[in-house]
Amino acid sequence: MPPLIRFFLRRLGLGLITLFLLSITVFAIAHLLPGDVGRAVLGPFSDQQSVDILNHKLGVDRPLATQYLDWISGFVKGDMGDSLQYQVPVWGLLQPSLVNSLKLAAVAFLLVVPAGILGGVFAALRSGRAADRIITVGGLSFTAIPEFVSAIALIIVFGVLLGWFPVTAASPDGASPGTQLQHLILPGLALVMVLFGYVARMSRAGTITALDADYTRTAYLKGLSTATVIRRHVLRNALLPTIAVIATQTGGLLGSLLVIEKLFNYNGLGQRIYTAAQFKDFTMLQSGVLLVGIGYLVTTLVADILYLLLNPRIRYGEAE
Amino acid sequence: MSVLAAPPAKAESARIETLRMLLHSKTFVVGVVIVGFWIFCAVFGERVAPHDPLAQSLDILQAPGSRHFFGTDTLGRDVFSRVLTGAHDVLLVAPLATLVGIVGGTVVGLTSGYLGGLADDVISRIVDAVLSIPVVIIAVTVLVALGSSTLTLVVVIGIVFTPIVSRTVRAATLAERRMDYVQAARLGRERAPYIMFREILPNVMGPVIVEATVRLGYAIFTVAGLTFLGFGVQPPSPDWAVQITEHYTLLSDTAHSGYYWTVVFPGAAIASLVIGVNLIADGLQHAFDQ
Repeated sequence: MPPLIRFFLRRLGLGLITLFLLSITVFAIAHLLPGDVGRAVLGPFSDQQSVDILNHKLGVDRPLATQYLDWISGFVKGDMGDSLQYQVPVWGLLQPSLVNSLKLAAVAFLLVVPAGILGGVFAALRSGRAADRIITVGGLSFTAIPEFVSAIALIIVFGVLLGWFPVTAASPDGASPGTQLQHLILPGLALVMVLFGYVARMSRAGTITALDADYTRTAYLKGLSTATVIRRHVLRNALLPTIAVIATQTGGLLGSLLVIEKLFNYNGLGQRIYTAAQFKDFTMLQSGVLLVGIGYLVTTLVADILYLLLNPRIRYGEAE
Repeated sequence: MSVLAAPPAKAESARIETLRMLLHSKTFVVGVVIVGFWIFCAVFGERVAPHDPLAQSLDILQAPGSRHFFGTDTLGRDVFSRVLTGAHDVLLVAPLATLVGIVGGTVVGLTSGYLGGLADDVISRIVDAVLSIPVVIIAVTVLVALGSSTLTLVVVIGIVFTPIVSRTVRAATLAERRMDYVQAARLGRERAPYIMFREILPNVMGPVIVEATVRLGYAIFTVAGLTFLGFGVQPPSPDWAVQITEHYTLLSDTAHSGYYWTVVFPGAAIASLVIGVNLIADGLQHAFDQ
């Protein structure tokens, strides 16, 4: 078997094991919620008999192992049960939210990847000078500040003082893609501020290594212009660590979504999980959280494979 | 005792050397000053503040002026006094949560890294699984189940941080395990817990201390985020994130410039505290790298 495929299968296998453990963890956490689901749905004033009937109807009076198997086999088929809060299928509610979150994440990524890479390369070229310090120290400071604080700074500057962008992320029904995008700029920028420092730091480190490498010196000695050397030799190598860091930050990004979606009143997956947690809607909660976990594992897997494809040294060397 | 352990006198002088370097590091000193200021405010804020941070008045939503330096909020409370006293809860919860996470993570990481083999594989898989759900989402779920209080916040954030810390400690332990002094201790038939905690732990203390400061920064970040979502510190505490949750919706009122003072000052306070902690972490990192 070629090393690349063997590596892929190994990673996939490990990913599936992780996913299995994750589903158990999620199920366990969701069932920590106060035991009597029927009581939570019907409220404190309904009689015990109707509570028992509802519990039986929902199947929550069965053993935990049965409930887990039932949930997980349904989940795989796309049937995640009914939301306790809305009494409609969970997937019907989660799916549009998932799409919304992906839109927001896509806007954030499209902004942060080029900005982070260019910022990092620029800082590396000015290594040790003021511009470098501003990009690295400034970028890292923003990764540490809670996202809702930097988001509020953005809202005040661009929404309130300048009035350039709307201050809520939700656009009117049937709005054109352009309007939707306009609403997503501020929340997207808020996510960019959290991520920029990580991406810029990795791309800076990659660029500095590449600038010191022998092949770069050879390229210069061949008489290539600085611009060509950077475009053909340095950028490609600066890209690799950047992909790796994007993968490791996905988990954090998904967590930030929860906060940003609430702040901008945006109906995304984070907002769904947040309301599900508030209303103790545990069928929605467990499927929503598992979905987030799957999203994380898929992104890491894709990033690992991209990393491998772009880096022949690893492809032929360390894939074993 | 391992024969190869450094004599105490040498360890002492190394410690003094590290301390001397820290005091010469500008980032570290600035960080200590900022964090020190907020610790002072957390302890003595109530006595220093010009107004009672909880006292309501009819002067609601006044813009900053000579009477109220940072203006007043929707209940007519003095924002300046609330910012001065707002560090109290977060500076109680975050360090305690960090402590729980560091202790838990060190035990798990040392065990996993030292024992290796099957135990390491199993622990690493579980750590991966927990790490694949964002910290905030796990915390929200558990806090809903258990209800929010200072104790649950500390325990939940501490437990969520455990796998993250354990990764760092495990990596450091793997490097130490190959050292001669560990081999010597093994040949000397020392028991595993003794080797782990008395021989290896002192040698991985550097990374553990750096990790603790970095974690403290994230703990403040997490407590603030959870509070913003309504699952952390509860009103009427003058906590900074509580102030922001209570007032951020006013920002859409652009005619009154969004009553910006109700959120800008607490926001700046959170930012300065987190940056202060990170400057300390940065200074420590450099000192231990030398």
